[in-house]
Amino acid sequence: MAKSEVKSRRRFLTDAALLTGGIFVASGLTPFGKLLYATERKNPNGPWYGMGIDLEKCIGCGRCADACKSENGVSREPFFFRTWVEQYTILNDGSVKITSPNGGIDGFQQQVPDADIFKSFFVPKMCNHCEKSPCIQVCPVGATFDSPEGVVLVDPNYCIGCRYCVQACPYGCRYIDPDSHVVDKCTLCYHRIMKGQLPACVEVCPTGAKIFGDLNDPNSDLVKFKKEYSWQVLKPHMNTDPKVYYNGLRAEVK
Amino acid sequence: MLSKVDGYIYPNEIELNWSILIVLYPYITGLVAGAFILASLERVFKVRVLRPTYTIALITALAFLLVATMPLISHLGKPLRFFEIMITPHLTSAMAIFGYVYIWYLMVVLLLEIWFDYRRDLVLWSQEKTGFMKHVYKILTLGVKDISPKALKWDDRLGYAITVIGIPSAFLLHGYVGFIFGSVKANPWWSTVLMPVIFIFSAMVSGIALVMFVYMMINYIRKKLIDMVCLDTIAKFLLVALILDFALEGLDQIHRIYEAEESFQILDLLVKGKLTYTLFIFQWGMGMLVPILTLAYLQMFKSNARLRRILYLISSALVLIGIFFMRWNVVIGGQLFSKSLVGFTTFKLKLIGSEGILMTVVWLVVPFLILIFLLWLLPPWKRHPEEATSDK
Repeated sequence: MAKSEVKSRRRFLTDAALLTGGIFVASGLTPFGKLLYATERKNPNGPWYGMGIDLEKCIGCGRCADACKSENGVSREPFFFRTWVEQYTILNDGSVKITSPNGGIDGFQQQVPDADIFKSFFVPKMCNHCEKSPCIQVCPVGATFDSPEGVVLVDPNYCIGCRYCVQACPYGCRYIDPDSHVVDKCTLCYHRIMKGQLPACVEVCPTGAKIFGDLNDPNSDLVKFKKEYSWQVLKPHMNTDPKVYYNGLRAEVK
Repeated sequence: MLSKVDGYIYPNEIELNWSILIVLYPYITGLVAGAFILASLERVFKVRVLRPTYTIALITALAFLLVATMPLISHLGKPLRFFEIMITPHLTSAMAIFGYVYIWYLMVVLLLEIWFDYRRDLVLWSQEKTGFMKHVYKILTLGVKDISPKALKWDDRLGYAITVIGIPSAFLLHGYVGFIFGSVKANPWWSTVLMPVIFIFSAMVSGIALVMFVYMMINYIRKKLIDMVCLDTIAKFLLVALILDFALEGLDQIHRIYEAEESFQILDLLVKGKLTYTLFIFQWGMGMLVPILTLAYLQMFKSNARLRRILYLISSALVLIGIFFMRWNVVIGGQLFSKSLVGFTTFKLKLIGSEGILMTVVWLVVPFLILIFLLWLLPPWKRHPEEATSDK
């Protein structure tokens, strides 16, 4: 056997060993998994809260929006809502009419004559407590953050009121509190859920259209809801991974 | 208040979150970055004919940079907490680094460069002047009194190095401001990868126009002859920057129109409705096309100096107004439509109050007052001739 042939075979074996070893080492490195958000399980040992909303059950009474304002001391002016209800009316000609007078708190009056209506339904809206929330991403001081339970919260004593998060939220769920001049939003009634109670909007819903629960608990109502229905989230193309899941969400919903 | 709404907007969207003060923020930072880039043309790229405007450009940039953060801070809901952004910056936020970029640009680039450039004069002035001013200049020398040829050579070298660092810094400063808007994926009017690039070029346009305007006004007030070779050169650079900026903005719009994404309909209504005057007439018509055609005409056909001066003055003023409206159309335009993409709100500019027209005028006048003060403190025309020092 020629000397050079032995050398090249040896080199081949060393290279192959290095390559295999390299692949083994690389695949063992967790950071690679982090490239894919889906591989990261949030808060594996505790609750990870979310909300289901069954549009088939919502009757547009607006009690959720009202209860939210009472529970959380939100300004009663009609421009500040942690949660609100929208009425969608799809006309026979295909056009869509959307209203939310005073967030639905005072109920809805259908302005379109019955004969012209193709379909009408209500959509409660609230903070989606996104897993990849753009509002948290853009806060320049870190005043808005994810709680360990997956609730997006704001520290009002830390917020500087720059409003960048309001701009970054694709769902219009944030506003500047007219009294404190800092940003405010749905907390999923953090003060209640930490005591084992339901969020106020869930508590008062007369039809059980809102389902609060722990996504990490296979027996929770929310997980059952997600199993039972073919749910959708709002604006999925934003890639924010909302944790508010809708049953019966139509494409017309903005 | 609900009468302000067309179509459907989310209930929290009725009020615009960023008002005219946030229009001023990219406007003023753009002027700074642009003026600096013009100065660097002389220093780094050796465009010697621009020498008469070199110092003016630097001082103008400084005057505006000193004001740049004021509209921002006064717009905060909690202005006294502004320092939080410096001491606990949240690093995933596009806004968090502004404080550092700003300080870097102010302290490391502009102040140092001006100081190195003026150091010899500061030492000489501190020796010549008497009374209070003597001490002022003495303080400004920071105790460095060595003006030997060797020391001055070092000044020159360091100043040059800072300008070299300063060019990417100027791009960073304003490209970064563009990124603050361009990275908001929730807003289809802002969210474009071209935004930082457009901001950089519009900054160059506005900064060059500002220096041109200031240079002409200074000579007019001092009743001195304007260096026409210098002015013609600035005009040429302004024309090139305008064409590039116009091409980029055009590309952005063509791209939007051709792709016609989900948001196209609402943006189309926005552009043809609420932004008709500010976009088509003020930004593109008055602020771009007229100056481009005027400056191109002056490039192609010989005109006498007087006519050129008048047209340059008008063009630079139009460009300054046009770029203001460019910022307006970005900042205000981006908030007039709902993120539901099916409705509009209205922006009514108030006259008084911290977000009113009067306050805006104040923030635009203050930099000029600072500029006057700086020109009085560091008059470029009273500097000591350089023959004894290094040849720049």
